[in-house]
Amino acid sequence: MRSSPERTLPSPGKQGFLGRPWRDYALFAALVGPNLVLLVLFTYRPLVDNIRLSFFDWNIADPAATFVGLGNYREWWSRPDTWQIVGNTVVFTTATVVGSMVAGLALAVLLDRKLNGRNLVRSAIFAPFVISGAAIGVAFQFVFDPRFGLIQDLLHRVGVDSVPDFYQDPHWALVMVTVTYMWKNLGYTFVIYLAALQGTRRELAEAAEIDGASGWTTFRRVVLPQLRPTTYFLSITVMLGSLQVFDIINVMTRGGPLGTGTTTMVYQVYNESFRNFRAGYGATVATIMFLVLLGITVYQVRIMDRGDGR
Amino acid sequence: MTAGAVRERRSTEVPATADAARDHRRREALVTALGYAAMVAVLVTVALPLYWIVMTSFKDRPDIYTLPVTWWPGTFHPENYAEATTSVPFWTFLRNSVIITGVLSAVKFTLGVLSAYGLVFLRFPGKNFVFLGIIAALMVPNQITVISNYALVAEWGWRNSFHGIIVPLAGVAFGTFLMRNHFLSIPTEIIEAARMDGAGHARLLWRVVLPVSGPTMVAFAIITVVTEWNEYLWPFLMADDASVAPLPIGLTQLQNNDGLTDWGPVMAGTVLTMLPILAVFLVLQRHMIKGLTSGAVKG
Repeated sequence: MRSSPERTLPSPGKQGFLGRPWRDYALFAALVGPNLVLLVLFTYRPLVDNIRLSFFDWNIADPAATFVGLGNYREWWSRPDTWQIVGNTVVFTTATVVGSMVAGLALAVLLDRKLNGRNLVRSAIFAPFVISGAAIGVAFQFVFDPRFGLIQDLLHRVGVDSVPDFYQDPHWALVMVTVTYMWKNLGYTFVIYLAALQGTRRELAEAAEIDGASGWTTFRRVVLPQLRPTTYFLSITVMLGSLQVFDIINVMTRGGPLGTGTTTMVYQVYNESFRNFRAGYGATVATIMFLVLLGITVYQVRIMDRGDGR
Repeated sequence: MTAGAVRERRSTEVPATADAARDHRRREALVTALGYAAMVAVLVTVALPLYWIVMTSFKDRPDIYTLPVTWWPGTFHPENYAEATTSVPFWTFLRNSVIITGVLSAVKFTLGVLSAYGLVFLRFPGKNFVFLGIIAALMVPNQITVISNYALVAEWGWRNSFHGIIVPLAGVAFGTFLMRNHFLSIPTEIIEAARMDGAGHARLLWRVVLPVSGPTMVAFAIITVVTEWNEYLWPFLMADDASVAPLPIGLTQLQNNDGLTDWGPVMAGTVLTMLPILAVFLVLQRHMIKGLTSGAVKG
């Protein structure tokens, strides 16, 4: 991280005298303190507390908790639903991260030129990003309705007669929530990539084309490397966002069908803690999830640093 | 823009062969055509479900449950909107949304601006470390912290209350980052000049720093409003009944009212939930997009 350039007001008069800096310190505490306290109390404290809770068998409505050591972790490792839920999480996250980044980049590249109505399209793509996920989830249930919905109609029109049952088939239900989330999120990657493209050095791409490089080669060798910081930024933020999706799953499928058909780890945290009243087990899943997340983020940041150094 | 620049260069300095020039023009035309095709495709992808939602909200039952699907309602049935707003306490949900979003946004905005000011214009040992501590919170999903926070807030007796919903969400990491980045970009001469005039911190903030921060503040404000309006999991856990539940949670009640979902009123409720935030977005989208991208490009 860059250190901030010096912008502070130099103390007038007696430099180094304690009186002035102390007043600065107090003011700093008054300005930054409340925010810091809130973040420590409601973000960092529960993070640590989760680890403690993961060693207990605990009903969230009951103050008494039983210490079970690594029991929750052992249970997590050996439970049959664990790997389906991890699988759901990996599929959902990978599909939304890769899908929305590739689609967003492709769109941004195609629209990065003078086209009539481009601003209108940009607003249209971005609009779903600001709509509540719960509202989108509710509405898209009927869009995907296997009997009377929009999707089944479109599928019939292109000659697909046996429309998948998005409500009952766990695999298609996962497809449904994934597509719904991508629809909501596509505008974000698109807008960020479009802004990044406008900051690339065009003369490099032009020079490559004049030298006879094909469009694809120019894109891969000249444009894409310049977008690398944006790509890393997006891969981290989109992944964090996808891993947190709760509203869409809760309103569309409640984690089902067949129990855990669309349950991701975040949904499992909620389900175990607040519906099965096993908050200790929920905290275990949350802790495992956070450790994985931390590992991935650290790995991505390290790649990013190396990429910049080249 | 690209095409124009290249063509100009060719005509003035590079004596390219006619063949190459024709190839190039052909390629540009093809790419432009592809661009328009992509625009149409994406417009349809976004607009079609929205059209479907709005149309369904105006359909009577027989028009909804029929095959083939009806693309235009046989008879318009605005009663769906009446039902959506009366079968559940819709206006109470809306009021709650406005209260929660309003208060939370105001608090976050104030905290964000003040924190950023302190981090940029005040002297404090290790303040970059403090800054790191604030933005690292961006990496911690809210969903992971709910168990412990729920237990704490319940212990305080804050469940099913506005402050129980608002206070735990009030810490601000992204906004602090956004405002700090902007404050750092203010030219030093302006700050120096104010200092020469003997301005203290209060005057520096009000008369110098904030007046040149308009667009960034708008971006911060709109991003916060949108995020809080759509907040789901925490209010969902905190609110036991309609007295404090915001719209996204209330909407789900509409859906679960009876065993079989009646899609007409549900879609009407969905449209009403989407509209306010879409209206805000349409007016201020430029600022919102700028705020999000400035975070990305500098991040």
